[in-house]
Amino acid sequence: MTVPVSITVNGQRYDREVEPRLLLVHFLREVIGSTGTKVGCDTSQCGACTVLLDGISLKSCTALAVQADGAEVTTIEGLAAGEALHPLQDAFWEKHGLQCGFCTPGMIMASHELLRVTPDPSDAQIRHGLEGNLCRCTGYQNIVRAVRQAAGTTAGQR
Amino acid sequence: MYAPDFAYYRADSVAEIGRLLRKHPGAKLLAGGHSLIPLLKLRLAAPPALIDIGRIGELKGISVADGRLRIGALTTHAQIAASSEVAAHAPALAAAAGVIGDPAVRNRGTIGGNVAHADPASDLPTVLLALGASFAVATDDGERAIPAGGFFQDMMTTALGEHDIVTAVDVPTAPEGQGQAYEKFSHPASRYAVIGAAAAVGLTGGKVGRVVVTLGGLVPAAIRAGSVEQALSGQAPSADAIADAAAAVSNDLGPDLIGDIYASAEYRRAMAPVCVKRALTAALKRASSVAEAPAARSPWWKPSWL
Ligand SMILES: Cc1cc2nc3c(=O)[nH]c(=O)nc-3n(C[C@H](O)[C@H](O)[C@H](O)COP(=O)(O)OP(=O)(O)OC[C@H]3O[C@@H](n4cnc5c(N)ncnc54)[C@H](O)[C@@H]3O)c2cc1C
Ligand code: FES
Ligand code: FES
Repeated sequence: MTVPVSITVNGQRYDREVEPRLLLVHFLREVIGSTGTKVGCDTSQCGACTVLLDGISLKSCTALAVQADGAEVTTIEGLAAGEALHPLQDAFWEKHGLQCGFCTPGMIMASHELLRVTPDPSDAQIRHGLEGNLCRCTGYQNIVRAVRQAAGTTAGQR
Repeated sequence: MYAPDFAYYRADSVAEIGRLLRKHPGAKLLAGGHSLIPLLKLRLAAPPALIDIGRIGELKGISVADGRLRIGALTTHAQIAASSEVAAHAPALAAAAGVIGDPAVRNRGTIGGNVAHADPASDLPTVLLALGASFAVATDDGERAIPAGGFFQDMMTTALGEHDIVTAVDVPTAPEGQGQAYEKFSHPASRYAVIGAAAAVGLTGGKVGRVVVTLGGLVPAAIRAGSVEQALSGQAPSADAIADAAAAVSNDLGPDLIGDIYASAEYRRAMAPVCVKRALTAALKRASSVAEAPAARSPWWKPSWL
């Protein structure tokens, strides 16, 4: 069985026929070739696959593409406005909030969610807000600094 | 990981879910998918069809009427945690919903899916049992209400029949002066409950009145901790009385505690009284602060355990 879906990713609409079991992350990476979103654990725990579904964060390894039919997905590729990086991307760069960078797309999308819900978070709120995202490199300190820098800008609204 | 192949249907109303369930034997409902999709990916389940109920408006939302909160089955954990109605009338439920998994999990997981799945490591069965909730269920021939006390039967086993659909969760609003709390020891990676304890306590004349304590995480299905309740009832709520009552939890834990590579059964048994003590202490603090209000003439009175 295949099912027609129409999913808008970063402003562009994709109409495709998919198997119902296709995960949203595989739709992004393999069907439309948008590989910014990563698969880390594939068991819903690491957050590397985090994207926004109609503006709200979601682990895309734990959703079916058919569940996103008719919805708008925002991935890491959709944050920058042309050459101008999103304030969260700028902050992760400036504060060295990444090393290998594998967790970074998910970390930034989860940070986006955090700032949407809590525009001016305390350090503790940042740590709790990112508890679904694992990083094996940075030790998290610089990630917290980056999010703190981005807070107070309009990072969660853009 | 790829789920086994299945057919996919989308329902737009509760009546249509019923029709689809009867037409496709063995089909499973898909709500937030945050328990079902991981199971499919691990190939621990292989239903021939999924019926997506995630878009049904009539199953979403929170309202208060006639002394009860009604929470639609598709209401997400994030919506429950952020609701001022739930915070006012069932604060332990708001607290529990707010410590489920992580923000992305709370954005997708639903209360109906959580209770229907009945994972022993879930938070909501424990707290809904403590608050005396009941579940509104649509069946082949009408509707029925199942009280939480008879709903959670065993590990991932509920009183729901094959075609039964949870449509809403009804939670009595907290009586005046009652204190509620939910305490949890989380698994460090998944954040699932290793141990969860909920307490709802009232104070009458400075003594513990009606008290309900429940446990999850370490037992196959959420249970009442009757020995703890009995030990505390009628006592002045001192730190010693709370600790003694919490220690009685060993009588409520059967031989079959859950253990895994992260937390052995022995560890969970040893930590259970700690979790219960924290839940009781927090609930009693809140109970006193409400009961204290009318007695504005004695502002210097402080509960003895502070
Ligand atoms: C990483 C991770 C961490 C988690 N941590 C926690 C935690 O700390 N605490 C916790 O409590 N939970 C936790 N969960 C589970 C989460 O709360 C799930 O969302 C929830 O248990 C299931 O809800 P759902 O809407 O996703 O249901 P689904 O996965 O869609 O469905 C689950 C089951 O319920 C059935 N079902 C769904 N809706 C209904 C209905 N209305 N009527 C009848 N049957 C129905 C389905 O057929 C299926 O069998 C976690 C999940 C993940 C992935
Ligand atoms: S890949 Fe989705 S949470 Fe790890
Ligand atoms: S930067 Fe390497 S995993 Fe986070």
